[in-house]
Amino acid sequence: MINSGDTAWILVSAALVMLMTPGLALFYGGMVRRKNILSTIMMSFALLGLIGLLWVLYGYTMGFGPNFGGIIGKFDWVGLRDVGQKPSTVYATTVPHLAFMIYQAMFAIIAVALWTGGVVERTKFSAFLILAILWFTFVYCPVAHWVWGSGGWLAKLGCLDFAGGIVVHITAGMSALALALLLRPRKGFKEGEPMEPDNIPLVMLGAGLLWFGWFGFNGGSALKSGGLASSAFVATYISGAAAAMTWMGLGWIYRRPSALGAATGAIAGLAAITPAAGFVSPIAGIPIGVVASVICYYCMLFRTKRGVDESLDVWAVHGMGGVWGVLATGIFASLAVNSAGADGLIYGHAIQLAKQLAGVASVAVFAFAATWVLGKIVDVTIGLRVKEEEEIVGLDISQHGERAYGGISR
Amino acid sequence: MKKIEAIIRPEKLESVKAALAEIGILGMTVTEVSGRGRQRGICLQWRAGEYRVEFLPRVKIETVVLDEEVGKTLNAIVRKARTGERGDGKVFVFPIDNAVRVRNGDEGENAI
Repeated sequence: MINSGDTAWILVSAALVMLMTPGLALFYGGMVRRKNILSTIMMSFALLGLIGLLWVLYGYTMGFGPNFGGIIGKFDWVGLRDVGQKPSTVYATTVPHLAFMIYQAMFAIIAVALWTGGVVERTKFSAFLILAILWFTFVYCPVAHWVWGSGGWLAKLGCLDFAGGIVVHITAGMSALALALLLRPRKGFKEGEPMEPDNIPLVMLGAGLLWFGWFGFNGGSALKSGGLASSAFVATYISGAAAAMTWMGLGWIYRRPSALGAATGAIAGLAAITPAAGFVSPIAGIPIGVVASVICYYCMLFRTKRGVDESLDVWAVHGMGGVWGVLATGIFASLAVNSAGADGLIYGHAIQLAKQLAGVASVAVFAFAATWVLGKIVDVTIGLRVKEEEEIVGLDISQHGERAYGGISR
Repeated sequence: MKKIEAIIRPEKLESVKAALAEIGILGMTVTEVSGRGRQRGICLQWRAGEYRVEFLPRVKIETVVLDEEVGKTLNAIVRKARTGERGDGKVFVFPIDNAVRVRNGDEGENAI
């Protein structure tokens, strides 16, 4: 039975999450050097087309179609067959099946876009597109089914992931690390050339759009309008705010309260609250956000110290922020907030933490290993990396034949 | 004719410009430049951690003056651009062979 309030909220949420991908494009684009800003933005933007198409053609049925052995969806809904105006019988049963499908499409798109942060400034665009298709097909769709698909093995185990801490953030974070190791550092990185951010105001705008869209990401994951959506919405806001202030403070202790730091903190807090948003009381967003910033901040320092060029810290922020958030769900979850969830550690139910840990460990290992293999396949066949001269000139010109800031005459 | 090329702190541009105007030097070309001298640059922050930028922003003033104006021009620039700290900049003087005014084709000292 279709509920108009629920339908309105899911459609608006889908649009909110859609806007996160161009927001992410600006967030990343402002952090690279000016010769690579368009190529960085274009990676995310191209996925809005590519992954959206693949999702309606076969991704949705692989992720959410009738269960096959707990690991993948069967192809019954390929090309949106039987996905229409009537609600699904298993997912979001008060909104049209199409609304649920397109809402989920936006998650698939941004999951792929997230790991581009690990490979910027040196990846061949053609190779990137092929890798994106492979990753979407063999990493994202299976994991989405495990966690969210009806009959998925992690769902059956009782592992909770409200809005994609595992499905989106851990997969993207671990995959970015695998690809960064495979690609090796940008030219000049080891020599200590400063990789100066091109445009921090764009980063701030991007972070703002992401924060805005995150209300759809987490609030919409209630899959209906009303109390639970409101609770998740507020928890999301609180965690982002707490984490932004924490990161700003950490920067201040060492040096200065940087804008880039505050923006990064907000994203870390939002990533961490994602799996928890609809299972924990909103005020739990404070400890979740504060701890997220501390963990991600030191992971970032660790990554830098190890000389790993995971360029825009997808692993440190989304991967480790996601890990913390999924575990925090096992600590702070409460049946009083969401009867479809569970009680966590602080409500005397330690087993939930173990279930969360199972989800973290299995998906982190799978995403890292599978992405490594897929990346290696693309690398030995067509080559992941641009030629050295192309990297020196910059990817905007060498890959796209454009430059962001052109012209001498006005 | 001599070309004076002065690399100075950006915040000193206005007072140098005013001092040059007082002695009748009005024409000039100003460029934002980056450079280094004996300073070690500055530390900027990355999201976590920091990095050093060795090239600092400065302003380059270029103007061409008559030979007899060189002394007072240098004096005006140095007097107004100095703070006494490292990083105050440098002034270079170049000989000029010729000059042409694009508008009417005037050449030599008439063109400056």
